[in-house]
Amino acid sequence: MAPLVPDIIGNELNFIVAILIGIAFGFILEQAGFSTSKKLVGLFYGYDFTVLRVFFTAGITAMIGVIALGHFGMLDLNLIYINPTFIWSAIVGGLIMGLGFVVGGFCPGTSVCAAGIGKIDAMIFVGGSFLGVFAFAEGYPLFEGLYKAGNWGSPRIFEIMGMSQALFAFLLTFMAVFAFIVTTKIEEKVSGKKNPEFLPVKLYASLAVIAVLIGVSAFALPNRQEYITNQASDETKLSAYNPKTMTIDELAFRIIDDDQKIQIIDFRTPEQFKELNLPNSVNLSTESMFTKDATQMLLTNHKKRVFLADDEVTEKRAAFIAEKLGFDEIYIVPGGLNSFKDNILNFKPPEKIGSKQESDTYAFREKASKIIPGIIEENKLKQTPKKKETKRTLGGC
Amino acid sequence: MSETKYMNPYLAGFLLGLLLLITVFITGRGLGASGAVKSGVVAIVNTIAPSHTNNTHFYKEYFEEHSGNPLKNWLVFEVIGVVIGAFISGLISNRLKFTLEHSPKVTNNIRIITALLGGALFGFGAQLGRGCTSGAALSGMGVLSAGGIITMLAIFGGAYAFAYFFRKLWI
Repeated sequence: MAPLVPDIIGNELNFIVAILIGIAFGFILEQAGFSTSKKLVGLFYGYDFTVLRVFFTAGITAMIGVIALGHFGMLDLNLIYINPTFIWSAIVGGLIMGLGFVVGGFCPGTSVCAAGIGKIDAMIFVGGSFLGVFAFAEGYPLFEGLYKAGNWGSPRIFEIMGMSQALFAFLLTFMAVFAFIVTTKIEEKVSGKKNPEFLPVKLYASLAVIAVLIGVSAFALPNRQEYITNQASDETKLSAYNPKTMTIDELAFRIIDDDQKIQIIDFRTPEQFKELNLPNSVNLSTESMFTKDATQMLLTNHKKRVFLADDEVTEKRAAFIAEKLGFDEIYIVPGGLNSFKDNILNFKPPEKIGSKQESDTYAFREKASKIIPGIIEENKLKQTPKKKETKRTLGGC
Repeated sequence: MSETKYMNPYLAGFLLGLLLLITVFITGRGLGASGAVKSGVVAIVNTIAPSHTNNTHFYKEYFEEHSGNPLKNWLVFEVIGVVIGAFISGLISNRLKFTLEHSPKVTNNIRIITALLGGALFGFGAQLGRGCTSGAALSGMGVLSAGGIITMLAIFGGAYAFAYFFRKLWI
């Protein structure tokens, strides 16, 4: 599951990726004509709306892609950088940038791009932006109040507008198409010549079709998490599902043996887990199986993954979800942790013993009931409260 | 040889959107530009006057959030790439040329002053607004961040609002 940094692509390699992405970024900006201030400011005087066309198309493309990847569980949206919202600095900072745009004719990205092909005015603009940042840094105590005022956290725009993501994406796409049509008309009026290539009917039609399809599919298809969770709560589906099992005795034996080939995954609440946890166990919730962190825990190679909960049904449900997510080597413990506690940890010798096999079992359980609590205690002592949690990527301009 | 034409804006936009999507997919963050300027400023000040960076609030906050050399920063590498990419594009399309571009109605000196001033305003505003047209507006729109989109509206709204007063510079 993405993002690929830092687990699949390391932080050092990421710098190489940064250069490659930058090269593509600079190339596209230059090819689009963003290396000339005349074209950039045309947007504000009505003679050239290239910026709007490129910018809006790019934003919509990326937005739809991010939504789709998230929807199908390929990108963990909890880990990507969402620009925080500080309402006042966003507005005032934005207005100052707008002023800088019409005065200087560039924005930072485009000025670097234009400087790359030898535009001296762009190089001066870049120099100016260093001065601007320096002024902000030196005067920071003066602006800090404004900079940190109105902290709304990192909401998504559709959340504060109280609509669904799909509906917002839908509306924004239509708005973009509308803006393309209107601005092309304005451009024709201002420059006095027709520019039919910027009003390609086919393109609008196909964009609209894509938007409608995505909108409809988003409403029609639940996302992957909902879909799997719903299936897992379906009793008939669940009862038809037979995961591999590991008996409480086998589990006890492996714990005593300090078997590193098992990974116990404990689906109880964090409080319960803190109170009693078996060696080689991690705590997880069924919801968190859909995140990238859990993905890593469940992907440890060559280990039997033992799903543990108080009761067997919870174990089965979790195992069902995990298998749907594509994980294998999953075992559940019949009777759950409750049975493990009753028959092993708090072993009471039965009144009458039947077969030889039974008496062997009881002998083992009696032995285990003496050893395992010690192992649990020992494990508790050497346990450092390590909680590996992948952090949201730090981004920002 | 004459300059070749610019790319169709919708195609360019589509490619740029794909690039942003790939960037988010790989790195979990969007594109940017002004952040590299910030790293550059911090690096310069830190080299010239290290005691100053230790005593000044802004730089202290920067070093609390970022460890190591300020130039070892994702955006710095990305911006180096932008220069290379633009150069390659200019080479292919015959647009490499040292020029001071300006409207025929203004002098070179005015263009130099406005470029410097505009850059300074943009650099300042990007610090206050936590990102520029790339990092806040474009990337913010891609991930539907409220803050990014509000900044975007303010940038373009502001530009339209001030455009009238600076029309002599351009038309």
